[in-house]
Amino acid sequence: MHIKQRFQNIIPPVDFCSLRYITETSEKLSVRQKVVEPPLRTHDTGVMLTVIDKGGLGYAATSDLTETGLKKAMAKAQMWAEHSRNHMVIDLTKTNMSQAQGEYNSTVTEIWDSVSTNDKLDLLRQEAEQCKLNDKIVDWEVSLQAIQTEQIYLTNTGSEIQQNFQYIIPNIRVIANQGVETQRRTFGDFSNGQQGGLEMLDKLNFIGKGKVLATEALQLLAAPNCPNNRMDVMLAPDQMILQIHESIGHPLELDRILGDERNYAGTTFVSLDMFGNYQYGSELLNVTFDPTVTNQFASYNFDDEGLEAKKTYIIQNGILQTPLGGTISQTRANTAGVANSRASSWNRPPIDRMANLNVEPGTSSFENMLGSIERGILMRTNSSWSIDDSRNKFQFGCEWGQLIENGELTQVVKNPNYRGISATFWRNLSKVGDKNTVNVFGVPNCGKGEPNQIMRVGHASPTCVFADIDVFGGV
Amino acid sequence: MQEYFNTLADFIDKQLQGNEIYLAELTAEQSDFIRFNKAQIRQPGSVEQRYLMIDLIDGQRHVSEQLALSGELNTDYERVTASIQQLRHQLPHVPADPYLLYATEINSTESIGTNNLLDAKDAVNEILTATGDFVGIYASGGIFTGFANSFGQRNWHSSYTFNFDWSLYHSKDKAVKSAYAGFEWNNAEFQSKITSSTNQLQILKQESRTIEPGKYRVYLSPAALFEIFQLLSWDSFGIKSHRTKDTALLQMLEGQNLHPSITITENIKDGTAPTFQTQGFIKPDQISLIKQGIYDKTLISPRSAKEYELDTNGAYDEEFPTSIDLAAGNFAADNILRELDTGIYINNLWYLNYSDRPACRMTGMTRFATFWVEKGEIVAPLNVMRWDETLYNILGANLIALTAEREFIMEADTYEVRSTNSARLPGALVKDFTFTL
Repeated sequence: MHIKQRFQNIIPPVDFCSLRYITETSEKLSVRQKVVEPPLRTHDTGVMLTVIDKGGLGYAATSDLTETGLKKAMAKAQMWAEHSRNHMVIDLTKTNMSQAQGEYNSTVTEIWDSVSTNDKLDLLRQEAEQCKLNDKIVDWEVSLQAIQTEQIYLTNTGSEIQQNFQYIIPNIRVIANQGVETQRRTFGDFSNGQQGGLEMLDKLNFIGKGKVLATEALQLLAAPNCPNNRMDVMLAPDQMILQIHESIGHPLELDRILGDERNYAGTTFVSLDMFGNYQYGSELLNVTFDPTVTNQFASYNFDDEGLEAKKTYIIQNGILQTPLGGTISQTRANTAGVANSRASSWNRPPIDRMANLNVEPGTSSFENMLGSIERGILMRTNSSWSIDDSRNKFQFGCEWGQLIENGELTQVVKNPNYRGISATFWRNLSKVGDKNTVNVFGVPNCGKGEPNQIMRVGHASPTCVFADIDVFGGV
Repeated sequence: MQEYFNTLADFIDKQLQGNEIYLAELTAEQSDFIRFNKAQIRQPGSVEQRYLMIDLIDGQRHVSEQLALSGELNTDYERVTASIQQLRHQLPHVPADPYLLYATEINSTESIGTNNLLDAKDAVNEILTATGDFVGIYASGGIFTGFANSFGQRNWHSSYTFNFDWSLYHSKDKAVKSAYAGFEWNNAEFQSKITSSTNQLQILKQESRTIEPGKYRVYLSPAALFEIFQLLSWDSFGIKSHRTKDTALLQMLEGQNLHPSITITENIKDGTAPTFQTQGFIKPDQISLIKQGIYDKTLISPRSAKEYELDTNGAYDEEFPTSIDLAAGNFAADNILRELDTGIYINNLWYLNYSDRPACRMTGMTRFATFWVEKGEIVAPLNVMRWDETLYNILGANLIALTAEREFIMEADTYEVRSTNSARLPGALVKDFTFTL
């Protein structure tokens, strides 16, 4: 019997109830040095049942998909809805849950299983072989992970949504060492996740990257430390994604503004009265919540509470416009939001998350940006991130630094770090690269929520320049 | 749950063909999660999950799958059968693994917890009696870990724990962070913690002070030190990170030491985590990681043991400590403020990461209740500050003393599963601690 029929059979007489079914399979293949690591497969399946009734809310999650199992879980969700009645921080009687119907399918041209395990391992072996340039390369690993997710959302109010996702996450990590100095270069350290199949490897220029990264790791090993000074900073897209994520994405989550995350992920310096008027960044800053980008990691048509997803400006010409909040948060805050109520899997409830959060391209070419800098530094590939619980005072580090002097890239430097304050940093945005400088990334490990959840999010960005930033190096 | 797992293991035994061997690890929980905000309920619910990791081995070839189980045996027989068939199908397509190592001696063990938990609904009722703006999560229920292999080894670990992790807020980011965790709810103990939090909150109502970046004398509470150890635990104590020179403790391999009072142990015997691991090896009671400031031993997984031709000490594949223990010092916690004299009392740190990993230079923020102290008296709450310092200063050249009293901290993490990790840590008095922003 299909899950829909089983759900229909157990619907209780409540104001609202939903079933969110997820089956996810994955396979990870990797070659470390010359050895194939044992392949790891996963097969996860389960449902979350949610009940809203007379102002109370409850959920229960189970991997027992029999009608008996669903009935037992539904009873538990009802129990919590009854027990939480009159004690909820949310007035659920004012919430209108979505009744949408629809579907979504990732765009894939070369599916994971169309290539044999042997051939995929050969590809990884060949890439790994390219990494060992000399004895200073002490460790290296090349990996591919493929994930397939089937998701069904049903409600007693007629919503019926099926979404099927396919993801691929390639990575390379090379470590170079000499004495007490170690330097790493990675293929984004798992931030190159995309929706799609093996065809994405060509789009990401994955093949041949091992040798490039190993060469760069050796360059870093021989490089001086990044200088300590204030200067212009040019951030490549694989660092911009972290900057967007930590100092735009998280501060604008509506559940943080409403205080839900104060015990764990933190609060935010942003308040509801800032939307529509607050100068978040320079007028060059345009940020969108965009779940419509083909192949981006967190593209979808509906969030996990059935709300239809649309491209929305979060920041336009530097002015804060729209918070990142789903159906329930929008009702609580009496404000507009986006379809971003998302859960990590069947065993965690949806909360406000980022999805694809992108900086829109500007008009500056790479050469134009570089030429405009008299004294600065180019930083690539995030390696360290830390920010305060209000999402203001941050310090970020990168794997790769290269000084810019009189408009030209010069000395490579190791351990490049910079620090600043979100509330002022984005106002120092002085150049935004054009579409030729844009890269699209996907991060599989954004942590938040109680109980804790790991979420897949996407970020795309052009290269950008920030003026007069506090830059420093290692010990 | 134990009987269910053993029945499932017996079933797997019967599915094997030829020379096949299997290793199986169950991680399961029956959890209640009640989330609070503004002293009311935000999201209440229950999660029942069972995951089985099966490693199917034929000679030196092997493939693993983690699969979700339903708890209903007939359904799970079908899921396990399908999984084994899939793994068997893939086995010929993977090469022999030179680093495969698993326990072949039978070491069956069981540690069975007693369920003395309060019904989660009653715990919620007790929590809702607290006043003020509190926010956090109550997590409770059974956590189950089992191991089985085709040699007949069976291991079982179950515990029934609760962890109420919450913050009591004054305004904006000014709050007192607290935790009440254990095996049996005691309402008097809970009320005492609430009273303590409420009293501390009074200090936070005073006008906050902002300090200039620079070097300050600080007291790091056990909870603050726990954040430092959580950062270190990733890729610092394992043999693989040492041999690949990727450990943040790299300088300790080249003669750099910590303060002689620093003795760090993976204290499995006194922790709350299972004493067996994924390949069936049993962990020793203790592993000395740093002894009197000097690098001592590392955590060695079976895979690393084979690669580096060493003996395993039962570490998980990630070579991550589960029960970190920092030896106590000799100054009384009652004297913290007097010994601190003028400086900063730090209850919590937040969001640590490395500024220069090979130098073990780390950065992070102060969070929650951090106080400015003058002449042994708390004068004012401090606005959050960023710090940037090396471990060799914090627990080395600039360490003044560790407290004689230690705290037992049960990790509140619930990523994918409720954590069974714990730590036993003193507080630390440190001079010239660098704040940068």
